Amino acid sequence: MAASSVDMTSLRKRLFALLIVATGVIWLSAIGWIYFGSKAEVEHVLDTRLQEAAKMVHSLVASGNVASAPEKAQVLEPLQGAAGYERQLSCQIWSLDGKLMARSSGAPEARLADDAQGFSERNVNGEPWRVYTIEDAAKGVRVMVGDRVGVRERLIADLIKGLIVPLLLIVPLLGALIWISIDRGLRPLKVIADELAQRSADDMGPIEAGRVPSEIKPLTNAINGLFAKVEAARRHEREVTAFAAHELRTPLAGLKTQTQIALAATDPATKEGALRQILASVDRTTRLVRQLLTLAKLDAGADRGGVDEVNLGEVLDAINSGLAPRGELLRVSRDSSLDDVVLRTNREMLTIALRNLHENALQHMPDGGRIHWRLAADGNGVAIEDEGPGIPADELGAVTQRFFRGRHKSAAGTGLGLAIVETAVEQLGFSLKLANRTDRDGLRAEVRFHRDAA
Amino acid sequence: MRILVVEDDPILANGLKVGLSLGGWAVDLVGTCADARAAVGAVEFDAVVLDLMLPDGSGIDVLAEMRACEDRTPVLLLTALDDVADRIRGLDSGADDYLGKPFDLDELAARVRAIARRGTGRATPSIAAGGIVIDPATLTVTVDGDAVSVSRREFAVLSALMERPGTIRSKSEIEERLYGWQEEIESNTVEVHIHHLRAKIGRDAIETVRGLGYRLKA
Repeated sequence: MAASSVDMTSLRKRLFALLIVATGVIWLSAIGWIYFGSKAEVEHVLDTRLQEAAKMVHSLVASGNVASAPEKAQVLEPLQGAAGYERQLSCQIWSLDGKLMARSSGAPEARLADDAQGFSERNVNGEPWRVYTIEDAAKGVRVMVGDRVGVRERLIADLIKGLIVPLLLIVPLLGALIWISIDRGLRPLKVIADELAQRSADDMGPIEAGRVPSEIKPLTNAINGLFAKVEAARRHEREVTAFAAHELRTPLAGLKTQTQIALAATDPATKEGALRQILASVDRTTRLVRQLLTLAKLDAGADRGGVDEVNLGEVLDAINSGLAPRGELLRVSRDSSLDDVVLRTNREMLTIALRNLHENALQHMPDGGRIHWRLAADGNGVAIEDEGPGIPADELGAVTQRFFRGRHKSAAGTGLGLAIVETAVEQLGFSLKLANRTDRDGLRAEVRFHRDAA
Repeated sequence: MRILVVEDDPILANGLKVGLSLGGWAVDLVGTCADARAAVGAVEFDAVVLDLMLPDGSGIDVLAEMRACEDRTPVLLLTALDDVADRIRGLDSGADDYLGKPFDLDELAARVRAIARRGTGRATPSIAAGGIVIDPATLTVTVDGDAVSVSRREFAVLSALMERPGTIRSKSEIEERLYGWQEEIESNTVEVHIHHLRAKIGRDAIETVRGLGYRLKA
């Protein structure tokens, strides 16, 4: 429960906890390894000593220093050893017929081992012993040297204790060092955070890459990418606002100038000319306002949703009847096969897109020209072909930008028509393809019903 | 005066052409940076009215190029971008004046007159020579203090001669001041205007230099 209460969203606390746990695990493993390693080594050393001691005692017995059959078992006095480990070794000499011939002081009177030769373990007086036995058939004795297993374990435990105590004393020191190191390691993050905190809202410059550690780079790169996107969006917005200002103020300036001319001119022809220009200007401004509203509506996505079956032929007929071409001078036609094309899509947005293409074609047409709506060869798109001047190749990519008005602009154009078409077509999931006609002057604008894989 | 108007909006451009012509000026109209470059390279204008946002670039660039080529033609910038920063940028690029849209036609005409006058080095609004005083703002002419009524075209011919009294102005130079490119030049109009002017301001005021042109007696 304690671990989960640590705030894991703090990188510092998280790193600290991880490092402490990792260090702890490594220490514990090391202690375990040392414990088992030391234990094996200590047992090996003690076993060798048991063996040597047994051989030594046996050689004494063999050379006849020990009476072969005393009335009472001799007790050999040991040297005083180090406190805690004295009387560790015990020695017994038994005759082969099972009589205790001699024993070291402190050695139990009970038999230390069975008759087996070599190493064995046995409980003597409730204590486990490890014993080495040598049997000498010629002398008729059995020499047994053993020590208490408990003493051995105490020895190993003391050894490990000697290792662990200093480690435990070091732990708080290590913790403090880790904490300080993490603090230092995380300083670049704090520097970046401070820099970002002090920025003004307009400052979209990238975070300086030079000072950023490589681990944080993906993050700063992502932030810089985001900054760039936000900045681009803001610039686009500013540009559109500037264009809108231009596109609204220019007709107003035209209106005002023409009105002043109409008022000042004494010549009736000049006056009439100015009034006609005023009329044209009001018409164009009306159209501009309508298109701005359409665009705003498209941007807001107000028309999304509402999908139904739309007959392309019907839509085009409705558009054509709503937009009378200029007198008899212009012909509008369409493939009759468009009557058979039914799309499942949003009727209003499709109408907006096609109507603006239609208007665009009408505006750029010379008198007597012909506009034709055609089903794409693969049946997967609808194209309008006009006989206007087309679009200069270098402007083809730009004409769908808002307020872009190219060199072949019409007097009535607002620079929004194709932008509206593209916005609407994109929201429908379709795509717009603009190309100059190859068979003659004119533009071919095609709405593809499936977005082309670019 | 001959004025170049660089404006891409057809209705405003028409308004500028007609409106400035009311002041007796010959007005030429172009709608792109490329055409503007060609025009200032071909004809010496008394002033240029330059829109900033043109379909093929910014008017500022045209202006900067003109100034880089030592073209001293007075330029008035006309634009919808009338932030202070934009105005400063325009003026620092070599513009002589700046007017934001929408504007007053009379104010524009007055500003064009002012920059054109400054372009010729004059500070006074009226031009005087040999007892004749003309005022480009009101298109009025006085001879020895008496007002004389002249037509716009006659005024344009007279002001062409008055700007440099004593020097000969060729017939084609005077025609250039009367007509823009799109206007048809009638073959003997300059002669007709000179004839009318002589009747109004005095037979000896304008001298014919046979084969070269006309000059105003200083």
